[in-house]
Amino acid sequence: MQLALFWVFALLMLVFGAAVVFLRSPVSSALSLVVSLVFMAALFVTLDAFFIGVVQVLVYAGAVMVLFLFIIMLLDLRVERPRRLNIGAWTGGGLVVFGFVGLLGKVLSSELGFDMEKPPVSTQISDASAVGLMLFRYFNLPFQIIGVLLLVATVGVVVLSKKELK
Amino acid sequence: MTPTLGHYLAVSGLLFIIGLAGVILRRNIIIIFMCLELMLNAANLSLVAFSRFNVNVAGLPNYNGQVLVFFVITVAAAEVAVGLAIIVALFRAKQTIHVEDLNSLKF
Amino acid sequence: MSAATVPWIILFAPLVSTTLILFFGKYSRKLSAGLAIGAALLSSALSWWLFFQPGEVGPNQVFWINIPDIFTVPIGMTVDPLSRTMLVVVNTIAPLVFIYSIGYMAHEEGYWRYFAGLALFLFSMLGIVLADNFVMMFIFWELVGVSSYILIGHYYGKASAADACKQAFIVNRIGDFGFMLGILMLWFATGSVVFGEIFAKVPLLETQGLYFTIACILVFCGTIGKSAQLPLHVWLPNSMEGPTPVSSLLHAATMVAAGVYMLARVFPLLIAAPIARDVIAWVGALTCLAAGLMATQQNDIKRILAYSTISQLGYMVLGAGVAPVPDVPMFHLFTHAFFKCLLFLCAGSVIVALHHEQDIWHMGGLSRKTPVTFACLIVGTLALAGCPGFSGYFSKDLIIAWAVVEKPFLGWIAVATAGLTAFYMFRLLSVVFLGTPRSDHAEHARESPAVMVIPLILLAIPAFGAGYGPVEKMFFHVEEPEHVPELLHYVLLAMFVVAGGLALFLYRNPAKDPVVIPLFANRLYIDDAYNWLVKNVQDALAMLSGWVDRWVVDLFVVQIPARFTWACGYILRFLQLGNIQAYAFFFGAGVVGLIYLLLA
Repeated sequence: MQLALFWVFALLMLVFGAAVVFLRSPVSSALSLVVSLVFMAALFVTLDAFFIGVVQVLVYAGAVMVLFLFIIMLLDLRVERPRRLNIGAWTGGGLVVFGFVGLLGKVLSSELGFDMEKPPVSTQISDASAVGLMLFRYFNLPFQIIGVLLLVATVGVVVLSKKELK
Repeated sequence: MTPTLGHYLAVSGLLFIIGLAGVILRRNIIIIFMCLELMLNAANLSLVAFSRFNVNVAGLPNYNGQVLVFFVITVAAAEVAVGLAIIVALFRAKQTIHVEDLNSLKF
Repeated sequence: MSAATVPWIILFAPLVSTTLILFFGKYSRKLSAGLAIGAALLSSALSWWLFFQPGEVGPNQVFWINIPDIFTVPIGMTVDPLSRTMLVVVNTIAPLVFIYSIGYMAHEEGYWRYFAGLALFLFSMLGIVLADNFVMMFIFWELVGVSSYILIGHYYGKASAADACKQAFIVNRIGDFGFMLGILMLWFATGSVVFGEIFAKVPLLETQGLYFTIACILVFCGTIGKSAQLPLHVWLPNSMEGPTPVSSLLHAATMVAAGVYMLARVFPLLIAAPIARDVIAWVGALTCLAAGLMATQQNDIKRILAYSTISQLGYMVLGAGVAPVPDVPMFHLFTHAFFKCLLFLCAGSVIVALHHEQDIWHMGGLSRKTPVTFACLIVGTLALAGCPGFSGYFSKDLIIAWAVVEKPFLGWIAVATAGLTAFYMFRLLSVVFLGTPRSDHAEHARESPAVMVIPLILLAIPAFGAGYGPVEKMFFHVEEPEHVPELLHYVLLAMFVVAGGLALFLYRNPAKDPVVIPLFANRLYIDDAYNWLVKNVQDALAMLSGWVDRWVVDLFVVQIPARFTWACGYILRFLQLGNIQAYAFFFGAGVVGLIYLLLA
């Protein structure tokens, strides 16, 4: 049962990920990405990472992709006209992709224990509180810095979006 | 039979490769940016998988991975915001979103 | 105070006074003169005291550079009869010249700088005298050259003076180069630079005949430079650009004598290298003759005396080459110091009386106007020309006797030069003092002030009497040669009378020089030869160096690396594609490669 669910979610995620790359319309690509992210959240849940899964949906699929769609609408992007084939890019891309695939296969088939099953976990603490404890106890400083980072990003976006005063 | 660590890592790797192929092949800068997000997500998946499969004696998984995923998502959000602002500014200056037309730094 | 510290005080008193004059001299002329003269008098008194101390003053060394078994250079004082005598000579003449300078430089500028230079010179000269090893002597040798440079160039605003001091230093340097090579050869063979230790190893050195001879000849090169022997004599006449007291102290009595003193110091080495001694004797004799010939045609009173000095130094060097003991040339150095210094100071007195006129053809008839100077000049001339009864007679004739006995050819050259000496000195006497005045200045000359005349009189006494037996026995142990031809003394006497008389007759009252010999007047064209050499060889070397600099150094060290770097940059420029996807591709390829390397 777990395996079947895993395969469903994984394959759909990959298919929609490929759709992001190969669809012509930007809006279609954005929506494919949203679906892909939701399936990714599902995979997180199969890994007992409930908090992270919810965060993924809320932040990534909810906020980030909405921002993408806003920008697509702002720039009024239409369907791309097919341009001539870029041999250089396809060759390079092909090389890199096949190189990566080869390496991936090599690593995963080596004797490093990648075939371990999921070990049992105790359910005394919910993973949200566990993550929260970790975050606020041991990673407090990075947490504060992340806050500052977000502030800086906000200010930066405002500055970058200003129109030049004529 | 349950999914092994290898399964999760293979999926993560494939998603990463799809994202990388998108970055190299597409000519629309917004799409390239979305493929970057794909790559980040692939990494997140890897992290969560490792976090789950690394259980200590008390039966709890090692939550460091999940905390790092939390940070990655936050930073990715900030990055998307700033990056899209830059793209908008670029569009206003050059009226194009094709990367081939953005070659002022060519020698 | 013990006899061991006295040499240190003698040496360093003038240095202290130089330093004080450098700091405070420019505020008070009297102070500068006072400090210099005070130091000179102190050294003088102590030198005389030291002279009469009986017994040995033991080894007296401070180690300066001390790398055991490799290189040890002490700073030490050697107080033996030779250095005691030389100390007396230097420190008796120096205070008299300093006092004379007060009068000579009374209306000149640069007063404090002059006395500082003189005090520095005194310090350096005493260093040479007291040195107990080659390196220390060489250091003070160079210091003497520096003070000579400073003093010759006293009137540095004048182009001729500036050129003269440069020439003096550079020509000296050429001789010093040979000197240094000689020192190095001796050090290499014996492992030491201290005189006593080298002399102890002479039997060892004798076995390496050619090496030892060459080392001795190279050491003699220092004398050729410093004592103005042929061919490095050209600087001495030009050094007359300095004030006359400087000419008298440095370039007549003491500094140029340092070369001969050094030969006397290393005499044990020379005795063991007969071929080197032959070379020394030949150089001395030829210098003697050539300078004598050149002196007969000079028109500047100081240059006549300068060539005379070169000629007498030739005698001393000849003496070092033929006599069995160093006391023979040192005796002539002793008497020469007194009478030559006297002659120069008389010349200075004449120059001051005539408001700095130096051409003898503008003088004349001064015997009536400056009688004291005239009398002292007569004493000096007779001493120099070898009149019987005066000091020069004893010392010069001794050298000539030894030369005739040991190397007859050179000996008779020396005899001929004695005649020339008498000739040009009486020429000078006659033209300057006898006859009628040939210019306004000569008409209105008056005797110099007492501060200048008293040192003249004081110097005239030893110029007359320093050769007599009792004095000679006090300072030296000379040896008379055997088998001296009887003829010799009569020939010398005849030459004195005939040459002197001829000069007095020819120059009894001329308006200009009746004898004109261009070869001698142009100083045997040696100066012109040097000019040609320096200009052409220098230019050739400069062109060669320029070529090497442009085509070897510049090409290989500068141009080629520069062009290569530029080329590399040009090639690497093509990586800047400006295409984002290309960069992403490079990124991806790099990561793939890296992982591959990590896995492999």
